[in-house]
Amino acid sequence: MTRTRGINRMSHDEFQVHRAKILTPSFWVLLTLTLIGFALIAVRFIWGIGAVSNMNDGYPWGIWITYDVATGTAIACGGYAVAILVYIRNKMHYHPLIRSAVLTSLFGYGLAGLSVMVDVGRPWNAYNFFIPSQWQINSAMFEVALCVMAYTTVLAIEFLPAVLSRLQQTNWNSARAFLDKHHGRFGLDTEIILAKFEKLRQWALWVQPKLDKVLIFIIVLGITLPTMHQSSLGSLMLIASTKLHPLWHTGFLPLLFLINCLFIGYSIAILESIISSYAFKRPFESEQLTGLASITPYLTTIWLSVMVGDLIWRGQLGNALSLDFYSGFFLLEFGLVASGSIILLFRRNRQSMRWLFVTAVLIVLGGALYRFNVYLIGFNPGQGWRYFPSLAELMITVGIVAFEILAYKVLVKLFPVLPRLHGHEEPTAVKA
Amino acid sequence: MGGKSRRDFLKLAGLAGAGLVAAPALAVAGSSTAGPNDEELGMLYDATRCVGCKACMAACKRVNGDYNALAYEQAQFDPDKLWDAPEDLTGSTRTIIKLFKESPKEWSYVKYSCMHCQKPSCVSVCPVAAMVKDKITGIVDYKKNACIGCRYCQVACAYNIPKFQWDKALPQIVKCDLCKNTFLKSNGTSACADVCPTSAILFGKRKELLTEAKKRLTEHPKQYVNHIYGEHELGGTNHLYLAALPIKTLGLPELQKDAPAEFSEKIQHTIYKGFIAPVALYGTLCFIAIRNMKKQEPDDQNKGDQPHEP
Repeated sequence: MTRTRGINRMSHDEFQVHRAKILTPSFWVLLTLTLIGFALIAVRFIWGIGAVSNMNDGYPWGIWITYDVATGTAIACGGYAVAILVYIRNKMHYHPLIRSAVLTSLFGYGLAGLSVMVDVGRPWNAYNFFIPSQWQINSAMFEVALCVMAYTTVLAIEFLPAVLSRLQQTNWNSARAFLDKHHGRFGLDTEIILAKFEKLRQWALWVQPKLDKVLIFIIVLGITLPTMHQSSLGSLMLIASTKLHPLWHTGFLPLLFLINCLFIGYSIAILESIISSYAFKRPFESEQLTGLASITPYLTTIWLSVMVGDLIWRGQLGNALSLDFYSGFFLLEFGLVASGSIILLFRRNRQSMRWLFVTAVLIVLGGALYRFNVYLIGFNPGQGWRYFPSLAELMITVGIVAFEILAYKVLVKLFPVLPRLHGHEEPTAVKA
Repeated sequence: MGGKSRRDFLKLAGLAGAGLVAAPALAVAGSSTAGPNDEELGMLYDATRCVGCKACMAACKRVNGDYNALAYEQAQFDPDKLWDAPEDLTGSTRTIIKLFKESPKEWSYVKYSCMHCQKPSCVSVCPVAAMVKDKITGIVDYKKNACIGCRYCQVACAYNIPKFQWDKALPQIVKCDLCKNTFLKSNGTSACADVCPTSAILFGKRKELLTEAKKRLTEHPKQYVNHIYGEHELGGTNHLYLAALPIKTLGLPELQKDAPAEFSEKIQHTIYKGFIAPVALYGTLCFIAIRNMKKQEPDDQNKGDQPHEP
């Protein structure tokens, strides 16, 4: 039991609610984008996918699959990458980063799932994934779908301790104030409702130790599942041997996608931390970030080596350097990742917030471009087919991403997500 | 499923007579490694016999229209909606005749529809078994009540055959099923083959179609390009082509002999064989994580504020 008490106590000590105004100007901007996106989703469900999207029978997968699913889940791999570091490589001092990483992963995956439901034509049949007689185990898509659903659930459970500890600590002041203000207006009795809240608090106190006991098994599941489906996201395009350009079509697609999501994961964890420190006016987590940044060059070196070795082996190196349309995108993807990694090789750069930010951006862009290349840019279904996303299609993606950022910004102000600031003791009066 | 398709087959065999005598010993489709199963049903399209009357297109839409929710397609030149004028295979058109003109004297009609592969990519990739290949007839069929509309079949198909109904709120995938769900049941042949006035479309077992195609190639070598398209392409298809022009000029892709599904399934099966690798990974990671957690305990008891590198 001591083991589990360990996690519990750590989580209380390490994280804190970010106390700031929720309804900021950026909140309203993000909310507007979100609402536009969701209105367009409504259009899609009423008049069909063709009404909002430029997708066609040659390019049946457009920006929604390429960005929201294939790339978005890689960008959401911060939780996966940091969990490996903390729980498998036993670097506990990265633990303060984990909750914000898990939260962004939860949003990334949850909203990838939402995008899929917007993208698929017959979502009402999705229950077939749960009917064993319909299972089609040859399909990489089947594996991806089940794993992503399972992982989203796992992430939600991993985030639960933050919610539970908040429930335990709150004394429902604002709820009380709200109820007092509207006393009797909705036929609500303040005391009864507060009693119910108190019951919820008791339940949180009761369930937390039980959850802590099994949490480590859930966390490890949260490391296993992305390993499976991130590689399968690469396997998805193995079938397209006649359509995907030979620069990218290789039997190593699963391995390349797996390593790719890891270095994107660490880089995005750096970016998230720097951006939220900047946006929420908190000191930088410089020590952890320097440490994270020393991991990415190893991963990118392996990744780039596998890629180049494979190109040589398949005799495609000339193609890669031919400077045509495809070669251009290949070299861009390669150059972004390589340049970011080279800069990080120098210790001095790893200690500079500016360089950490720049290199993480380079590596994330390069890694994401790789996924775009595999799913869209390097995909050629034959003569006469063309695809570029329509404005409405893009706005749906923008709306979903805006919703993701919006919800993150709100939740860090409601639940203990961000690392606790040492030496800057916050006033203890909880204003819930 | 097996029983049902067998019943269908027997019924069908009875109807079709001599050409389709049931062959119980050969009924079970061989595994993909065994090479093409020539007992499966298919069609032979001979472009040199086609006169481009498009009766097949009309018959296809008439017969399958309700089943697949196919609409008539309006061309831009046709404000009065006088013609059904699809530009290509679409969510409303399962087969189409096109005319390819090399020069004023050299031209050829060509018919597009599902190739009914021996090892279909669409069946291999469909996550919910909405694309299925009948074990006996080899017909690649689409089950709309299982389909989630993910369009992976479209990504996978090298011939770009499955089409999606982009403009419908409740869309389907549309592709030829050799009239399995409609005309074949009662007539023992496909509607297009049935209606064709010049026998440019032959319906039958792959074995017989191949024999016929080879016979035509030897009897009239000058009339044809010496290539039965579909005999070997991507592991073989049950829809075969003969033509006077090279197949590439007719808008059909030149393809390798191996089925892409063999390649992708081999990798996927290697990784997930018996689900051993994922379970082993989970077990190992659990072991490491719990050991780490135990190691953490003593530190945790007198945990200072200083983080430390192990």
